[in-house]
Amino acid sequence: MGNNRRVRVMVAKPGLDGHDRGARIIARAYRDAGFEVVYSGLHQTPEEIVEAAIQEDVDMIGLSSLAGAHKYLFPRTVELLREKSAEDIVVCGGGIIPEDDIPPLKEAGIKEIFTPGTALDDIVKWVKENVKPR
Amino acid sequence: MSSVFDPKVFEDVEEGHKKWEKKLDKIFSSKPERLERFSTVSDREINRIYTPEDVRDADFANDIGFPGEYPFTRGVQPSMYRGRFWTMRMFAGLGSAKDTNKRFHLLVNQGQTGLSTAFDMPTLMGYDTDSPKARGECGKCGVAIDSLKDMEDLFEGLPIDRITTSMTINPAASILWAMYIAVAEKRGIDKKIIGGTIQNDMLKEFIAQKTFMCPPVPSVRIITDTVEFGTKEVPRWNTISISGYHIREAGSTAVQELAFTLADGIAYTQEAIGRGLNVDDFAPRFSFFFNSHLDFFEEVAKFRAARRIWARVMKERFKAKDPRSWWLRFHTQTAGCSLTAQQPYNNVVRTALQALAAVMGGTQSLHTNSLDEVLAIPTEEAATIALRTQQIIAEESGVANTIDPLGGSYFVETLTNQMEEEALDIIQKIDDMGGMLAAIERNYPQQEIADSAYHYQRQIDEKEKTVVGVNKYVTDEDIPVEVLEIDEELENLQIEKINRLKNERDNKLVKESLEKIGDACAGTLNVMEPLIEAVKNYATLQEICDVYRQVYGEYRDPGIY
Repeated sequence: MGNNRRVRVMVAKPGLDGHDRGARIIARAYRDAGFEVVYSGLHQTPEEIVEAAIQEDVDMIGLSSLAGAHKYLFPRTVELLREKSAEDIVVCGGGIIPEDDIPPLKEAGIKEIFTPGTALDDIVKWVKENVKPR
Repeated sequence: MSSVFDPKVFEDVEEGHKKWEKKLDKIFSSKPERLERFSTVSDREINRIYTPEDVRDADFANDIGFPGEYPFTRGVQPSMYRGRFWTMRMFAGLGSAKDTNKRFHLLVNQGQTGLSTAFDMPTLMGYDTDSPKARGECGKCGVAIDSLKDMEDLFEGLPIDRITTSMTINPAASILWAMYIAVAEKRGIDKKIIGGTIQNDMLKEFIAQKTFMCPPVPSVRIITDTVEFGTKEVPRWNTISISGYHIREAGSTAVQELAFTLADGIAYTQEAIGRGLNVDDFAPRFSFFFNSHLDFFEEVAKFRAARRIWARVMKERFKAKDPRSWWLRFHTQTAGCSLTAQQPYNNVVRTALQALAAVMGGTQSLHTNSLDEVLAIPTEEAATIALRTQQIIAEESGVANTIDPLGGSYFVETLTNQMEEEALDIIQKIDDMGGMLAAIERNYPQQEIADSAYHYQRQIDEKEKTVVGVNKYVTDEDIPVEVLEIDEELENLQIEKINRLKNERDNKLVKESLEKIGDACAGTLNVMEPLIEAVKNYATLQEICDVYRQVYGEYRDPGIY
């Protein structure tokens, strides 16, 4: 039973986008909230992210994208998790995501999308409520 | 020394100031000040008032002086905006080369005086659209350029012998520049007369913007090749746009932006001198690029301090003799990171204030962000409002009637002095580490910026700093804004275009010219001539970048937070 361990989250930057201010702030907020944090670093393919997430045995992946490629990168990550039978890893996302893109992303299995202006504490609260150690 | 004030003045000022503070303490004893601590967006504490006491030692001749005169605190040109306005240069790029070409024609027809190109992520990172790494990214945040074919489409019908072009590109800057030169030469335009800028500043990529390809040392070597080539062959080109913009966007304070940017400039200057170039032959072609954030006076002071520090560094440290080497000429972009997705029309006002600060700070050119830039790349309508904002500042507000209108303000002069002093301390620290390359290796600037960014975010979350519409004056209503969509079909069309090109071109010639680039990279020959030859043979961007990657290896993000 791993239920007593701390929540392990991965903050990941898929694609070629280099805007990592948000991702790094979130990673630090998760750390300060007591989660174990893995930060992927920049320029990861969905394949690399999923492989690392499984290897690191994380409970959640938080994807960050600010350059417009989320419509491909986010669903692709979920799809790969399913292929590897790791769909119990919760996937959420954040960044510059237009309102109209959010419903299809949720339909594709991204559990929540955090857009600019969301307070760090609100995001941490959401993780505490929705992500449990696997 | 020529103090601005008669020493006798201070007796009266000090007495008056004390009396006034006492009066204020009494007022605030019954009803306290609005805030416990007043501070700038960079968390610099600000006094109740500034008086001649704060600029007691102001040396007019040596520290402030006249526009166009050393140390250029008040502006680089003597005439500034009494001669001509700043260049209104709006950054644009979307979808295919043909789409962006259309936007460029529109901007030029509306009176814009210089072009500025945004590229998509694969182009910025040195991948062609058909690379697996480029999936889903084509044309999303700028124009997709895979080969000279796209570059020819991009500048079709635009008078590149008369207008200047800025290209925001870094790891692949040498290649895009080679393509631009090739477009000119194929039209019979001499490269000696073309003008423009490549950003070509890799140090700030490792520090802040994070579009990187090869490790720092070879990255700087390629940059030095472009500086050498530009100095000798393309004399009207600005070979590096030393950029603080992205440092600020990544979350630095105003002083960190100032210090890290100038430290990068010092590093490039040292490298070029190390190559055997004479400082006065290349330094006049270095330009700078700063952010203009919301804290109005702090930003104006930052621009003034930047000019003064750079002039002194160039004259005293590098012994430059040509006054043009002392000039810190800069482009400004308003702060993208200050825009909010909530109540997006408020962004027009934020941008106007930031643009005003840039103008009061004496910028040479300016991009004003569109209100929807926080959501996607701008629609035509939003981009037009942003350009009109500059035109209103220039031609209606009257602020450009006199030069450096805030010069002599007790407050602004004090801020200018403080920021100069603090930036010099940071630059000294970097020098002590062995220069910017060594500092980057230690993650020093990266960590400092991450700390500032986190601190600021916490201040917003705790409502110590106000962001209208986000943590104060919040409304529930959803304000719909039209968002520009990029056609997903573009990716396929662009891949077809590459496939066609690879069938039509002389592949033997391509192979040979790529080998020549590899030899230049591995040896000491300047890469620019082989690059121009290769792009004329229609080698693709990625084929050339793959040579760079093979010879130099790839840089991996250390992933610190």
